[in-house]
Amino acid sequence: MKKLSARRRHPLAAVVVLLLALAATGGLYTAFAPASKAKADDTAQSLTIEEGKKLYEVGCASCHGTGGQGTTDGPSLVGVGAAAVDFQVGTGRMPAQQPGAQVPRKRVIYNQAQIDQLAAYIASLGAGPAVPTKNQYSPEGADVAKGGELFRTNCAQCHNFTGKGGALTHGKFAPELTGVSPKHIYEAMQTGPQNMPSFPDTTMTEKNKKDIIAYLNAVNGDETENPGGLELGGLGPVSEGLFAWIFGLGALIAVAVWVAARTAKAKKS
Amino acid sequence: MSTTASNTNASGGGRSRGPAPAGERLADWADGRLGIYSLAKSNMRKIFPDHWSFMLGEVCLYSFIIIILTGVYLTLFFHPSMNEVVYHGSYVPLQGQLMSEAFNSTLHISFEVRGGLLIRQIHHWAALIFLAGMFVHMMRVFFTGAFRKPREVNWLFGFLLFVLGMFTGFTGYSLPDDLLSGTGVRFMEGAILSVPIVGTYLSFFLFGGQFPGHDFVARFYSIHILLLPGIMLGLLVAHLILVFYHKHTQFAGPGKTNNNVVGMPLLPVYMAKAGGFFFLVFGVIAAIAAIAQINPIWAIGPYRPDQVSTGAQPDWYMGFSEGLIRVMPGWEINFWGHTLVLGVFIPLIIFPLVLVAIAVYPFIEAWVTGDRREHHILDRPRNAPTRTAFGAAWISWYFVLLIGGGNDLWATHFHLSINAITWFVRISFFVVPVITFVVTKRVCLGLQRRDKDKVLHGRESGIIKRLPHGEFIEVHEPLSQEQLYTLTAHEQYEPVELGPTVDENGVERKIKGSQKLRAKLSNAYYGEDNQIQKPTVEEYREITSGHGHH
Repeated sequence: MKKLSARRRHPLAAVVVLLLALAATGGLYTAFAPASKAKADDTAQSLTIEEGKKLYEVGCASCHGTGGQGTTDGPSLVGVGAAAVDFQVGTGRMPAQQPGAQVPRKRVIYNQAQIDQLAAYIASLGAGPAVPTKNQYSPEGADVAKGGELFRTNCAQCHNFTGKGGALTHGKFAPELTGVSPKHIYEAMQTGPQNMPSFPDTTMTEKNKKDIIAYLNAVNGDETENPGGLELGGLGPVSEGLFAWIFGLGALIAVAVWVAARTAKAKKS
Repeated sequence: MSTTASNTNASGGGRSRGPAPAGERLADWADGRLGIYSLAKSNMRKIFPDHWSFMLGEVCLYSFIIIILTGVYLTLFFHPSMNEVVYHGSYVPLQGQLMSEAFNSTLHISFEVRGGLLIRQIHHWAALIFLAGMFVHMMRVFFTGAFRKPREVNWLFGFLLFVLGMFTGFTGYSLPDDLLSGTGVRFMEGAILSVPIVGTYLSFFLFGGQFPGHDFVARFYSIHILLLPGIMLGLLVAHLILVFYHKHTQFAGPGKTNNNVVGMPLLPVYMAKAGGFFFLVFGVIAAIAAIAQINPIWAIGPYRPDQVSTGAQPDWYMGFSEGLIRVMPGWEINFWGHTLVLGVFIPLIIFPLVLVAIAVYPFIEAWVTGDRREHHILDRPRNAPTRTAFGAAWISWYFVLLIGGGNDLWATHFHLSINAITWFVRISFFVVPVITFVVTKRVCLGLQRRDKDKVLHGRESGIIKRLPHGEFIEVHEPLSQEQLYTLTAHEQYEPVELGPTVDENGVERKIKGSQKLRAKLSNAYYGEDNQIQKPTVEEYREITSGHGHH
């Protein structure tokens, strides 16, 4: 220690201490701070938002305004959240083809990566519901019967008993729920797109949403069986009545004509 | 009577034929007790004319039988009770749900009872077809004038069968206590409540207290399986007895008069045809029931008054009442703390009027014509333009209301605004029957003119001939004698004249308002512009004698 203590007045001592301190801080910093990773993520995020903004300016800004503030042609998107964007763009509703009572589902024109970019940009404008994870919307393990009860209480008055859709006023409508992915159903409930009321988690818990998705999957999914035969659209007595008239009575009249045309011939005397 | 058989044998001129065959002995035995020989003698050779439209009534009769047969099977498993139970059956999406025993047992019939779902579907499809058959049968009778004397009472029996069929159908549709039919019963409760003063009492009486209560399924059950079908069965028998008694009508044609029936005997021809037709009808309905699903109550769910679904419509025969209520503006009057719900009460009043309009028509026509003769020869619709126009107008009215009843499905499937459809129906309710009336009448008169032209000038042959001086003419082929007869067989009424306004003493005669109305209506029916005078023999001779000169 004497040697060290003797040289502490050495003109280069300060430089050495400084170097050591720098090395220590740097080393500690590299060892403990997850900074480099976070740094990289931040860059990606901002890049995504940047990309989303570009897509937004091309595809959305004409109606929703350059900053998402909304115009007379489209509502403000501040605070709608990523889930709303994922639903509207992911089901092809947005970008809208034309203004009207309601924007219908159509072919999706963005790929999922682009939708995510758009969603990130919109989410950056203001806090809103995030895109749900698979865990949240997957119908596995949910209570189908409970979902049915919830569906009949909250959804059937517009969407019909099994989600075949229905009419609303002035050309608006509750769309058919056939072939809608669980994620989009979850997002629709969460965000309440267009004319639909929203069912946030405070109104309808995540579990209840799963139950509803499971119910729809059971009665209006790809593997739903109709034990009685042709479903006739699942629209109830109107389509059944039409079927009874056209195919039921129609067939019977055809049979009557056939029977009447085959009469016993009188013998020629 | 037991000696009849031996007497018959002995009367064979002493020749011993041995004992009578078993069939004959059985028939003798039955005759001795039931008197079947005299019945059979008068009815077995009953003649029925051949036409496909005369079999529409048979479609109704057979579907009614099918409904009774399948209905009996369903009663074996159905529990008409509103006690609440928890579902433990095989349909997963309802397991653990609370429901009434009625709904539970209907699920049981659909999923666990052997053949239950098929029988249920046959029952329901047959009911829809039964009502549709009655509608078409009634229209056949209407447009051919088969309701005229002596068949007015039978027309009313048929009409009552149609109305009772509607209510039997409605009560049956309500039995499973599912969300769809429960909404329908709620609708009915609302209609009853709208009746001024007594509405609430009537509703409490029907439901045994507050809706839905615990009674209505059991009550509807006895109405559906006992009361209404019992009355219908009685009416049906009376309807058929009258068909036998009046004999069947027939279309005009050579050899067919008001005093005969040209056709085939009941036995063997019509027994075989009608028997075979029963199985064909059963077959068609069973095939439809096996192919197409009807009223999937498992997908609809159990009834709860706090739930409702869109697309809640009644079966088609009640659809026009749904239309009435859907398009009616929601008017109401409040006074002294009471509410008169005109938006529901007015449709409730119009509902029976729609039906009565067609039911009373025969009596109106009989009054206008003043004709008291019997009519067994059917009219071609074109030859009764005003009647045909009235019938077409009524049908158009009915269908406008059906559009109103399904306005939501029209909106979603044709991408229309439901409000626009509602306004369309509101206006059409008044306008469309008038337009249909005018158009149909013009079409009928046009067809009458064509018939006249055919009689006088023959059928267009499609052969074009060039005359020596260059003119082109189409060759018309004269009709056969049979065709000429058929086209001119109908009789034409003269419009009623009011007579001179003063009597022989020059005193003004009293003419009652009803007489004036009748004369006006008669002129609208049979006046100069309202029917085309059929060609007379003289006209025909004059034209045909100059044939060839064109």
